[in-house]
Amino acid sequence: MNEVCFKTLDQKDPWSLKTYEANGGYSVWRKILKGEFTPEQIIDELKTSGLRGRGGAGFPTGLKWSFMPRNADMQKYVVCNSDEGEPGTCKDRDILRYNPHSVIEGMAIGGFVMNATKGYNYIRGEFMEPFYRFEGALKEAYAEGLLGENLYDSSVSFDLYTHLGAGAYICGEETALLESLEGKKGQPRFKPPFPANVGLFGMPTTINNTESFASVPDILAKGGQWFADIGVENSGGCKLFSVTGHVNEPANFEVPMGTSFKDLLEMAGGVREGHTLKAVIPGGSSTPVLTAEAAMAMTMDYDGIEKAGSMLGAGSVIIMDDSTCMVETLTRLAHFYYDESCGQCTPCREGTGWLYRVLKRIMDGNGKADDIDLLMGVQDKIMGNTICALGDAAAMPVESFLRNFRKEFEYYIEHGKSMVKG
Amino acid sequence: MISTTAKKQIDNWIAKYPTDRKSSAVMEALKIVQAENENSLTPEAIQAVADYLDMPGISVAEVATFYENYNHRPVGKHTIRFCHNISCMLNGSDDLIAHLEKKLGVKTGEVTKDGLINVKKVECLGACVGAPMFQIGDQYYENLTADKIDEIVDGLK
Ligand SMILES: Cc1cc2nc3c(=O)[nH]c(=O)nc-3n(C[C@H](O)[C@H](O)[C@H](O)COP(=O)(O)O)c2cc1C
Ligand code: SF4
Ligand code: FES
Repeated sequence: MNEVCFKTLDQKDPWSLKTYEANGGYSVWRKILKGEFTPEQIIDELKTSGLRGRGGAGFPTGLKWSFMPRNADMQKYVVCNSDEGEPGTCKDRDILRYNPHSVIEGMAIGGFVMNATKGYNYIRGEFMEPFYRFEGALKEAYAEGLLGENLYDSSVSFDLYTHLGAGAYICGEETALLESLEGKKGQPRFKPPFPANVGLFGMPTTINNTESFASVPDILAKGGQWFADIGVENSGGCKLFSVTGHVNEPANFEVPMGTSFKDLLEMAGGVREGHTLKAVIPGGSSTPVLTAEAAMAMTMDYDGIEKAGSMLGAGSVIIMDDSTCMVETLTRLAHFYYDESCGQCTPCREGTGWLYRVLKRIMDGNGKADDIDLLMGVQDKIMGNTICALGDAAAMPVESFLRNFRKEFEYYIEHGKSMVKG
Repeated sequence: MISTTAKKQIDNWIAKYPTDRKSSAVMEALKIVQAENENSLTPEAIQAVADYLDMPGISVAEVATFYENYNHRPVGKHTIRFCHNISCMLNGSDDLIAHLEKKLGVKTGEVTKDGLINVKKVECLGACVGAPMFQIGDQYYENLTADKIDEIVDGLK
């Protein structure tokens, strides 16, 4: 446990340069500055490692980095996505607070590989403690000559800056994030063109999640195979899981991919005394909910969670015990997506409003017999019909809550009150 | 409209972006100006930011209305931003919000009579392992209970 991003967690001042370097930090970066690594080698190691994007979509990081036109004669950018807003997710906050140098080194390595000499870390506006921590780490890295121009007299340059958000979940979507970085409303862009061709300020850009970047230095220090071997097939390495909700000891755990859900639940102290497990959302609010039965048989890796009927997403495991009213829970999530839709596409803008209003009327005791069909119809019309994945993210919980816990919705509609809470 | 200190702070942000991309600093500029103007943005304040960054007023107004963290009406000296999303809800945030409203004698969205505090329900703040939680200013307060809330709120001046 806690082998990569959380490696320094239990040490004194885990966020300091001193602690980071005492644990092998910046060894890869220093080698790069001495010319001991080529971009191709690094991409190969990353491909071997099986590292997949930790921001939710799980795209292989090595492959993504290989898409950048590194020889194009223009400014290129590396951008870190620390917007962390997916309900249930709180891992990047701890990476920034406790191991900021791993993000800096990971981004710098990315800059070298993709020939991008400038980077931005987009941190959500509420994360002020993580922001100051990261700024502190930047200062240390600059003072040590690890960031800047022609580092240690090499031809390698990398400058890194922070940018703060101002409260908008949609800015976690990578092209909305770029818009936001350009000082605009955070509305996702049409793709193609992809950011690797037309990204920040119109220049080639690669965006990765905080945890993805933070995993890179160790992978290169110890080898792609080392990382791959920690995990299972198709899911290399370890992963941070935020276990929250109805557990005794909610926390972030960095465990090998393929760990059984059962073990993870136990690490978090199990469900509360006198209660039984009812449902689990395994990857953050945008991923389908699972019944206790399906969850208990699941392993925590991309394929294992997919087999159980959901997605790994950002690794945000939300635990619900038998006291949970599923109608209320879904209504809260529906409100979230309704609130956060950027309003660009009609199916998402109108659909999320419909989903919320119909659920709200059920909650208010005014549900109609065909409301379940109505909800299913609306979510189906959103699914796959929008510019960005927020639309799908709003639809998937609805479909899965209704499929797995339909009885509770029927009861609420018929009786005007919760089957669980009365 | 924008003080010299605020201009200096804004300039620090401008320096992070390419020289012809000053507008990237707009989000922070708005925050800095908002902080100087009793935590809300008037049309004049928005125009002042636009002028300072050489942006059309409408572009700045779009940004100021798109993001959650800008206020366009008077708010309290302290805004308590209470998360009511899923992990916090499962851990009792609704009851605690009700407790807080009762204690302060205001509903979410209203400001206490002395102008000191307002309460806002917000979405996940990325601290779900510490649920239920809220934010005041730069600081997060986690694992809240009614007693803890009383203590924190009584300490606000
Ligand atoms: C609505 C929405 C919100 C998102 N929020 C985040 C986020 O907070 N953090 C993040 O890293 N990725 C988020 N993503 C995924 C990003 O678009 C992008 O895939 C990711 O940052 C790429 O990095 P990775 O390949 O390292 O995962 C979000 C996507 C969508 C559609
Ligand atoms: S799907 Fe929703 S959030 Fe995404 S671009 Fe369309 S309207 Fe905006
Ligand atoms: S749900 Fe409240 S902080 Fe995430």
